Amino acid sequence: MTTTVRVPTALRSLTGGADEVLCAGETVREVLGELERRFPGMRARLVDDKGVRRFVNLYVGDEDIRFLGGLDTRLDGAAVISIVPAVAGG
Amino acid sequence: MPTTSAELVAAARREVPSVSLEEVRRRLDARAPMVLLDVREKDETRAGVIPGAIVLARGLLELSIEQKVPDRAAPIVVYCAGGVRSALAAKTLVDLGYTSVESADPGFVRWKALGFPIEVPPHLTDAQRERYSRHLLLPEVGEAGQAKLLASKVLVLGVGGLGSPAALYLAAAGVGTLGLADADVVEASNLQRQVLHATSRLGRLKVESAAHAIRDLNPDVRVVPFAERVDASNVDRIFEGFDVVVDGCDNFPTRYLVNDASVFLKKPVVHGSIFRFEGQVTTFSPATGGPCYRCLYPEPPPPELAPSCQEAGVLGILPGVIGVLQATEVVKLLLGRGAPLVGRLLTYDSLRMKFTELRLRRDEACPVCGVSPTITGYLDYEGFCGSR
Repeated sequence: MTTTVRVPTALRSLTGGADEVLCAGETVREVLGELERRFPGMRARLVDDKGVRRFVNLYVGDEDIRFLGGLDTRLDGAAVISIVPAVAGG
Repeated sequence: MPTTSAELVAAARREVPSVSLEEVRRRLDARAPMVLLDVREKDETRAGVIPGAIVLARGLLELSIEQKVPDRAAPIVVYCAGGVRSALAAKTLVDLGYTSVESADPGFVRWKALGFPIEVPPHLTDAQRERYSRHLLLPEVGEAGQAKLLASKVLVLGVGGLGSPAALYLAAAGVGTLGLADADVVEASNLQRQVLHATSRLGRLKVESAAHAIRDLNPDVRVVPFAERVDASNVDRIFEGFDVVVDGCDNFPTRYLVNDASVFLKKPVVHGSIFRFEGQVTTFSPATGGPCYRCLYPEPPPPELAPSCQEAGVLGILPGVIGVLQATEVVKLLLGRGAPLVGRLLTYDSLRMKFTELRLRRDEACPVCGVSPTITGYLDYEGFCGSR
């Protein structure tokens, strides 16, 4: 299962500038595992021991995984995961 | 043999049934289906019309009636001042195929003398009609909508990257009262994006600089300046009296404060935020069932993961896009038109030139707008955000 992960500007320093990366995984958790292997440091920016960090939201399609299955949300077909961090600039 | 005007009127009265003012009043009170059509001239209707009447001067009747009353079977009661023009107008409607037309007898002058209810339609000056003519042409705005905008009060928090374009367009659109809150002065590094300010006003308070630009753009707008940083001690006073809040501030403590205040005071917040090349827009309206900022982001990032535009940079045009989207949301909320971004987060990536819409849900466990809130007063927001 290949999932497209949309990377926000704030995290592109970790992906060598890439705004999208393709990852394999059956669930969000597995995708995060692959992200961390390829881009060390990514995981800590997104999750802590309690789950998704509270200033970042992970969406599968247009739905927040908090309202789906959390990190165990299954990824079907050509899923897109969007990482949307809180930003405060104005 | 030419027809005299008296004969023309008499012929119209023969063809079109008349209806007494008492009967019109009865139908009005009973909310009976009835389209009231006032065919007097503008200088007559300015002082008042029968409540709910469609105002369409006789000179434009044939040209505009199909747009104003598309249903030819609609029960129409036409009135004028004394019953003559209404009879002629009613006859015209019959000729145009309207099947249920009556002419009020006599008319508005008598209606007013009887002490029957009237309403004063929104009144725009000739200069305003000219200035807002492109709005007046839109049925979704029109004179009533424009009058609503002129009577509206919008608070713009932060007169910087987002607040500049938002306030500029809201002023141009004729939002009558604009509150502007910002404690900063105009600096050279602001001018790459903060289009409300100018080189000639470097060093002046942003609220003063903005008021200057807005006065020049649209003298209809009253600017209420707050040259102070919004905090827990002044937020209630600053928010008071405003219909909608535009959040364009530049730091997390103020974002959370603004959110909590808007939940407590039941005011919708049009939120915009930007970082480098990306922006987010949504409308928080927990009072009407939507989520709040804390439902979306329960906690702020630690300061080391939340660089500001000052530290990380921002594409100058980006806040223009986001701020104008915020202004669009505000105008829609004020007019009660369209579908606002309540429960939807619009994200914009200027490098990819992509807009994405994500769903936002109200969090029942939200500490401020949830089922059993734990935050019921203002906090130490600097402490909450770890910024000291």
